[in-house]
Amino acid sequence: MPSVEPTRKPAPPPAAPPVPAVAVRQVAVTLDRVTFERGGKRLLDDLTLSLTRGGITALMGPNGAGKSLTLRLLAGLITPTQGRIVWDGDSPIPARDVALVFQKPVLFRRTVRANLDHALSIYGVPRRLRSARVDELLEIGQLRGLADRPARVLSGGEQQRVAMVRALAARPRILLLDEPSASLDPPATAAIEGLVRGAAADGVKVVLVTHESGQARRLADDVVFLHRGRVVECGPSPAFFDRPQSAEARAYLAGLLLV
Amino acid sequence: MQDFGAAFGSAFTLIATADSELMEIIALSLRVTLFAVLVACLIGFPLGATLAIARFPGRGVLVVLTSALMGLPPVVVGLAVYLLLSNAGPLGVLRLLYSPTAMIIAQTVLVTPIVAALTRQFIEDLYGEYRELLESMGAGRGATIATLLWDARYSLVTAALAGVGRALAEVGAVMIVGGNINHVTRVMTTSIALETSRGELALALGLGIILVLMSILVNAGLIGLKASAERRAYA
Repeated sequence: MPSVEPTRKPAPPPAAPPVPAVAVRQVAVTLDRVTFERGGKRLLDDLTLSLTRGGITALMGPNGAGKSLTLRLLAGLITPTQGRIVWDGDSPIPARDVALVFQKPVLFRRTVRANLDHALSIYGVPRRLRSARVDELLEIGQLRGLADRPARVLSGGEQQRVAMVRALAARPRILLLDEPSASLDPPATAAIEGLVRGAAADGVKVVLVTHESGQARRLADDVVFLHRGRVVECGPSPAFFDRPQSAEARAYLAGLLLV
Repeated sequence: MQDFGAAFGSAFTLIATADSELMEIIALSLRVTLFAVLVACLIGFPLGATLAIARFPGRGVLVVLTSALMGLPPVVVGLAVYLLLSNAGPLGVLRLLYSPTAMIIAQTVLVTPIVAALTRQFIEDLYGEYRELLESMGAGRGATIATLLWDARYSLVTAALAGVGRALAEVGAVMIVGGNINHVTRVMTTSIALETSRGELALALGLGIILVLMSILVNAGLIGLKASAERRAYA
């Protein structure tokens, strides 16, 4: 089942209904004609996109397409210049329901255990419940042996595992990943992908920005292809890779520079 | 020259025998300085952190002001606190002039800008790194400041030690508001000034040696701290 509602391609006419009428119950979040401008430049241009609950959605596209901006909008770090973001359920969505992992992990200057504990504390989890959850997370991230090491001396892959399980600490509804394994070696990448699959299997909606079509093929249920701040194409993963519909996606997948 | 040699000899004797007058002066110096730095940290840490992350009108002016006040001349601070505490001054009724408390107040005024300005710099750098993470976690103002202060703990100790160095070595402010009264407000720097002018070089030299040793100790502490922070990647 595709987890992305098809948006109109290439661009919706001005009178387009803001939210697709079908399968509304399944929708986790909709970006409704979102425009984002900075310094007079339009970085996201009338972007409409619905993400359904569950599953892994890959956001792909060349540098500057607006992938990371889309993640930051979803994470609430920036607000749209125009348009709106509509969450299913609570609005605005509580911060603890949306977790964000960066390409370069940002870890607290504390031990691994203290990183997880402090995150839970920020998320408002009472102290008496924290230590059991921390142990669970250490287990999930295979970080037991590293629990009392300072987090920032670990290897890149270990640090990213800490960032991943820390993001999962408060059981978010949606997990946003910004090229989480871009600078990791294959074994570390495999570990991260394992955590991503595990989160998705637990019902967490995953939105993954990746440059690597191999990774998108391995993980994603569906793909959203962005170019110049617009959704150019989206659909189920195998179809996107085997029969890309748009010229832009074909060129991108063929390794051409989209200029 | 022989006088100097003799003075050095007596100075080392004073130190070696832990001369009671010498010890009394050192103890008061440490008490005044450490208390002043403690108060300066209690004010400077939150103030610096707030300046680092808050955005409000007048923030820029405050940032420039704290940095500028780092170089405040001690005698001017002494004069200002003197005017404040003298009988005719607004706080004259407290009768604090020429007491260790007055010296603590003066040194607090001197050290707080140093602690605040360094804290702002450290916290601002760290906030640049943590900002998106903390915002995405939904951390409020309080949780953000608490996280930053704790994670900058090594740097903050550095700021405090910089304050200790400044306060220990300072003579102008404590001289004016303390009055250098024997057994009451005589600290290392004021004693050195007095004893030297009286030609009593032994005690002056003894205190001078101790002061230099303390300064070396503070700097060694700074270096050790930095190494320890780097080993844990907490720097």
